[in-house]
Amino acid sequence: MNRLTPVRTGQLKETERVRPEGLGRQAMIAQRAIRFLPSARRLLRQVAPDRTKVGGVFLLALVSVGLAAVAPRILGRATDLVFSGVFGRQFPVGLSRAEAAESLRSGGESTVADMVAAMEHLVPGQGVDFQAVWLVLLLTLAVYTVSGLLGWLQGYLLNDVVVATVRRLRDEVEAKIHRVPLDYFDRQPRGELLSRVTNDIDNVAQSLSQAMSQVLSSLLTVLGVVVMMVLLSPSLALVALVTVPTSLALTALIMRRSQKLFVEQWRRTGALTTRIEEAFTGHDLITVFGRRRDVNAAFGRENMELFTAGFGAQFISGLIMPMMFFIGSLTYLVIAVIGGLRVAAGTMSLGGVQAFISYTQQLTHPLSQLASMVNLLQSGVASAERVFELLDADEEPEESTGALPAPVRLGRVVLDQVAFRYDPETPLIENLSLVAEPGETVAIVGPTGAGKTTLVNLIMRFYDVDSGRITLDGVDIVSMRRAELRGQVGMVLQDTWLFEGTIRDNIAYGRPEASEKEVLAAAQAAFVDRFVHHLPEQYNTLVAESESNLSVGERQLITIARAFLADPALLILDEATSSVDTRTEVLLQNAMRGLRSDRTSFVIAHRLSTIRDADLILMMDQGRIVEQGSHGALLQADGAYAKLYNTQFTAPVIA
Amino acid sequence: MTLPRLLRAYLRPYHPQLLGVITFQIVASMAALFLPRLNAGIIDVGVTQGDANYIVRTGLVMLTVALAQVGSTAVAVYFGARTAMGLGRDLREAVFRRVGSFSNREVGRFGAPSLITRTTNDVQQVQMVVLMACTMMASAPIMMMGGVVMAVREEIQLSWLLLVAVPAMAVILGFVIRRLIPAFRLMQPRIDAVNKILREQITGIRVVRAFVREPLEMARFERVNGELADVGLYVGRWMVTMFPAVILVMNASTVAALWFGAQRVDAGLMQIGSLTAFLAYLIQILVAVMMASFMLAMVPRASVAAGRIGEVLDTESTVTPPPSPVTRLPERATVRFGGVGFRYPGASHAILENINFTVERGQTTAIVGSTGSGKTTLVSLVPRLFDVTEGAVQVGGIDVRQVDPDLLWSRIGLVPQTGYLFSGTIASNLRHGRPEATDAELWDALETAQARMFVEAMPDGLETPVAQGGTTVSGGQRQRLAIARAVVRQPEIYLFDDAFSALDLATDARVRHALRPLTQVAAVLVVAQRVSSIVDADQIVVLEDGHMVGLGAHRALLDDCSTYREIVESQFSEEEVA
Repeated sequence: MNRLTPVRTGQLKETERVRPEGLGRQAMIAQRAIRFLPSARRLLRQVAPDRTKVGGVFLLALVSVGLAAVAPRILGRATDLVFSGVFGRQFPVGLSRAEAAESLRSGGESTVADMVAAMEHLVPGQGVDFQAVWLVLLLTLAVYTVSGLLGWLQGYLLNDVVVATVRRLRDEVEAKIHRVPLDYFDRQPRGELLSRVTNDIDNVAQSLSQAMSQVLSSLLTVLGVVVMMVLLSPSLALVALVTVPTSLALTALIMRRSQKLFVEQWRRTGALTTRIEEAFTGHDLITVFGRRRDVNAAFGRENMELFTAGFGAQFISGLIMPMMFFIGSLTYLVIAVIGGLRVAAGTMSLGGVQAFISYTQQLTHPLSQLASMVNLLQSGVASAERVFELLDADEEPEESTGALPAPVRLGRVVLDQVAFRYDPETPLIENLSLVAEPGETVAIVGPTGAGKTTLVNLIMRFYDVDSGRITLDGVDIVSMRRAELRGQVGMVLQDTWLFEGTIRDNIAYGRPEASEKEVLAAAQAAFVDRFVHHLPEQYNTLVAESESNLSVGERQLITIARAFLADPALLILDEATSSVDTRTEVLLQNAMRGLRSDRTSFVIAHRLSTIRDADLILMMDQGRIVEQGSHGALLQADGAYAKLYNTQFTAPVIA
Repeated sequence: MTLPRLLRAYLRPYHPQLLGVITFQIVASMAALFLPRLNAGIIDVGVTQGDANYIVRTGLVMLTVALAQVGSTAVAVYFGARTAMGLGRDLREAVFRRVGSFSNREVGRFGAPSLITRTTNDVQQVQMVVLMACTMMASAPIMMMGGVVMAVREEIQLSWLLLVAVPAMAVILGFVIRRLIPAFRLMQPRIDAVNKILREQITGIRVVRAFVREPLEMARFERVNGELADVGLYVGRWMVTMFPAVILVMNASTVAALWFGAQRVDAGLMQIGSLTAFLAYLIQILVAVMMASFMLAMVPRASVAAGRIGEVLDTESTVTPPPSPVTRLPERATVRFGGVGFRYPGASHAILENINFTVERGQTTAIVGSTGSGKTTLVSLVPRLFDVTEGAVQVGGIDVRQVDPDLLWSRIGLVPQTGYLFSGTIASNLRHGRPEATDAELWDALETAQARMFVEAMPDGLETPVAQGGTTVSGGQRQRLAIARAVVRQPEIYLFDDAFSALDLATDARVRHALRPLTQVAAVLVVAQRVSSIVDADQIVVLEDGHMVGLGAHRALLDDCSTYREIVESQFSEEEVA
C-alpha cells in the first residue's frame, strides 16, 4: 500500500515551536501608514526573476526612444530647408547670403536680415531644394520605422515579463495560503481575505499590465527628450526643464492626498466584501428575522463610504493630467517667446526653434501620460500593499528537514501532559494525558466547549501544543513533517466542504489516484450511492449547481466517503454524522467498523448510540479528562458519564 | 442584460452629470484644438516676423485658453468620477437588494460565492469602463470631429491626407481589435476560475490540510493561473503590436504632410505656420482615433461583467410578496400543511409530496426522517424561504403566500441547522430579531438556551466580539446562541431545524426543559435526529423520501410505523426500546 513511507535515518532535529496566536490579537489588520514608495519598489522587485528580459527591454527601449527623440531634429531640418527656400526665392540669383541679408537691412528689416543671415541652407535665388527635403524625409521615415520595430520588440518582451510577474504573484499568494498557520484564517473575516486574494490581485494585475509599458517608455522618452533639448540649446533647455521638477513636485503633492484615498478605497472594498459575504451566507436568517431593512441600510452606509473614498481618489488623481497639460502649455509659451526672439535675433534657426517646440510637446506628452498612469499605479500599489501584507504573514514554523525513522504505523497515539491555549490569557487544555492503543476506537464526549475539537486540532497539528507532547507510534508529532503526519490521518469535520466539481471528483479528493471502482465502493459504504441515484446526473452532478439539492446530511455523507477512500491509519470523526439520520448512521458505523478494524479512531459525537461501542470513552470537561473507560465500566462507576447517559432515558422512551 | 442596456437603465439619474461631462469636455477639447492655431500664429507672425509684442500678446491669449482647458477638464473629471463611482455604488446597491429579495432557490441557483463576485468584482469592471469613458474617452470623438474641422479650415488642399491616414489607422486597429475581443471574452471567465479556486481553498483550508492536498491544490491553481497567463500573453502581444503600428502611421502621416505641405509652401499657397498647425491637428485626430479604439478593446471584459450583473438583476424571486397582502393574523396562530408538495422546476423527483398535518398552538410537532427526506425543505416553507409548488401552508388559516411577509416573519423564530452568527457582539446577534430587547431579556434568553454560563465566563460578557459565521465559538455554543436569538424574538411559531445536533445530551435535555414554558404558548416545529429530543412531542411526522409515512405520538408510531421503529431502534439497543 502506498501509505508506507521510506525508512529515514538521521538526527532528530528540534524544530522551532510557535505559540499559537491568540484570537485576541486579531486587531492587527488595522490601518497602516501609507507607504507608496516601499510598496512600489517591492512590486518592482517581483520582476527580478526576469532580469535578463528586463535588461533587453531597457536596451531596446533606450534605442527605440533615442531614435524617436532624434527624429524631430531631422524633421526640423526639412522645415529649415523649406523655410530657406521660401526666403531664398525672394533674392536674385548670384547674391551671397550676406549680401541678401544686407539688402534686407538696408530696406529697414533688420530683424529679418539677422534671421536670413543665420539660415545656412539659404541660397539666394533658389526655391526649396526638394531633393534635399526628400532625402531628409526619407531618413526621418527610416528612423521612425526602426524605432517602431524596436519599440514593438521591447513591448513584446515587456509583456512577457508583466504576465510572468503577475502569474508569479498569484502563485506566491497561492503557496502562501498553504503555509500560513490555521489561525491566520480564523483571525480575520473571510470576506477580507477573499477580497485581498481576488479584488486586490486583480487590481494589481490590471494596473501592472496597463501601466508598466507606458511608464517605462514615458520615463525614457522624458530622458531622451531632455538630452536632445540640452544638445539643441542648453539655455532654452534650462527654461524647459524647470517644467520637470515643477510637474513632479505638484504631482507628488496631489498623490500624497489621493494615495490615502486609494488605500481607503481598497480597505473599504474589503470591508464591503465582508459585509456582502455575511449577508449572502446568512440570507435565511436575515429574511426570517425581518432584518432585511437594517442590513440594506448598513450596506448602503458602507457602500456610500466606498463611493466617497473612490470618488475622492479618482477625482483628485484625475486632476494631475489637466495640470500637466497646463504646465505643458505654459512651457510651450515661454519657449515660443524666447525662441521667437532668438530667431529674430538670428541666434537660432527657425527649424531649431520648431524642433525645440516639438520637443517641449514631446516632453509634455510622456509627462501627462505618466500623470494619467498615476491613479492607476496608486490604486495598484495600494492593492499591492494589501497583497504584500498577506505575503508577509507569519508562516508555520519550518519543518524539520532531518530524516526520521518512519513510524511503525501501528497507530498508537499517546498524549503526554499536553497543555494548550489559543489565547494566552485563557487556559483551555491543561495537563491532558491519554493512550489510544492500535485498533482502538476512542470516543470523546463532554459538554460543549470542553476542548474536544481542540484536541483534534492538536493531533492534526493545525496547532502545536504549548507543552507536553503527542506521539504517534512513539514519535513526537512535532518532529514529523506535517504532510506526513496528516497523510496518515483521515479527518471528517462537522462543517462539510465540497468544491465546485462533480460528486465523483469530491469523493476522489480523498485519494486522487483511486480507480473508479474504489470510488464507487467508498460511495456505497458511505451511503452516498443511495441518494446519488435521485440526482439527474448521478455521480457527474456538479456540486455547486445542486447546492440547494444536497442537504447538510448528504454533504456529510460525501465527505465521509472521501475519508473512506483515503483509507488512513488513523481516523478522526469530529461530529461527522451530526446531520445524518440515525438509521443511516448505524449502517455507516457497521461499514466503518469493517474499515477501521485495524486502525485507531477518534470519534467526537453527541449521540450516545455512536459512542456506546467505543473501546475507550473519554469524558472531557474544561480541557481535562474527568473520566475514562468503557461504556459498561463508566456506567458502573456512576460518575459524570453515567449521569450524562441517563439523561437520555429521563425522557419516557418506554412507558 | 447587455452593457448598453445596463448603462442606459442605471445612468439615467446621472444625465445632468453626463451633460456636465460632455459640456466641459467640449470646452476643454475646443481649447485644446484652439491651441495649435495660436501656436501657428506665434510662428507665422511672431517668430518669422520677429514680432516679440505679437508673441507676448498671443501668448496671453494662449495662457487664458490653457487655463480654460485645465479648468473645464477638472470639472469634467469631477462629474465623470461622480458618475462612474456613483454608478458603481448604485449597481452594487441594486444587486445587493435584488439578492436580498431572492428566495433560497435563486440564491442556491447562483451560489453565494458567485453572487459575491457579481456584487463586487463585476460591478468594478463596469465602473472602470464608465470612468475611462467619462474622463478620457469622452473627448475622443469631440477631438476627432473638431480636429477634422480645424485641419480642413487650416489647409483644405492637404485634407486628403486625412482620408488616407484615418482609414489606414482604422484598418490596423480593426485588425488587432478583432483579435482582442474574443481574447478579452475568454479572460474574464479565466480570472473567475482563478478566484474561485482561491475562494474554495480558503473556505476549505482545514480539509485541504487534513488530506494533505496542498500539492494537488497548487497544481490545480497553477493550471488555471497558467491558462489566465496565456490569454494575458496573447492580449498583451496584440496590444504591443498595436501601439508601434499606430505611432508609425502617425509619424508617416507627419512626414507625408511635410512633403506635400512643403510644395504648397514653396508655391506660395500656404504659410509655414499653417503647415505646423495642420500637423498638430493631424496628430490630434489620430490620437483620438486610437483612444476611441482602446475604449472598444476595454468593452468586452466589462460587457461580460455586465451580462453577469444583468442575470442577477433580471432574476425575479420565485417568492414574491402578495399584491394585496393580509395585514392581520389571528393571535397565537396554528400552522397547517394542506396537501403540500414541492419540486424543483423540471425535476422528475419531488422533494415533498402530499404533506398534511397541523401544528396546534401550545403543541410541539417533531419531524424525523432520514437524510435527504425533505425535512429542512418542509420547515423552510413556513417562512417562505421556498414556496410550495402544490397545496398550501397556512398560518392562522391564511395561506402564507397571502400574508404580508414582514408580518409573517415577525411571528416566526427560526433556528437553522448551521447556527450561523453574524460578526458583531453576542448582544448584537441576540438582538438580531428584536433590536429593542433589554439586557435582562437577553440574559433570560441565554438562561433558557443554557448559554448563560459560558457567556458570563467570557471576558466581555454580552459585548464579547463574535467573528463572522461565529467561528470563534464552538459549534455547540453557536447553536445555543442561535436558540437564544430565536427566544429573544418572542415568536409565536418556533422552527427548530436540527437545532440541537451539536449539543451534548445533557445540555439538549436542559434546553428543552427550559424552553417548555415558552413553547407552551407557541406552535413548535422541530426537526431532529435524536429520538430523545422528540419522544415527548405531541405529534411526530415521519418523512421518508418526501412522503409522510407516519403521524402520531411516539407510542403509537412505535407500534404502527416501521420506519419510525427503525429510527428508534438505531438509537437504542433492543432491550431499551422494548
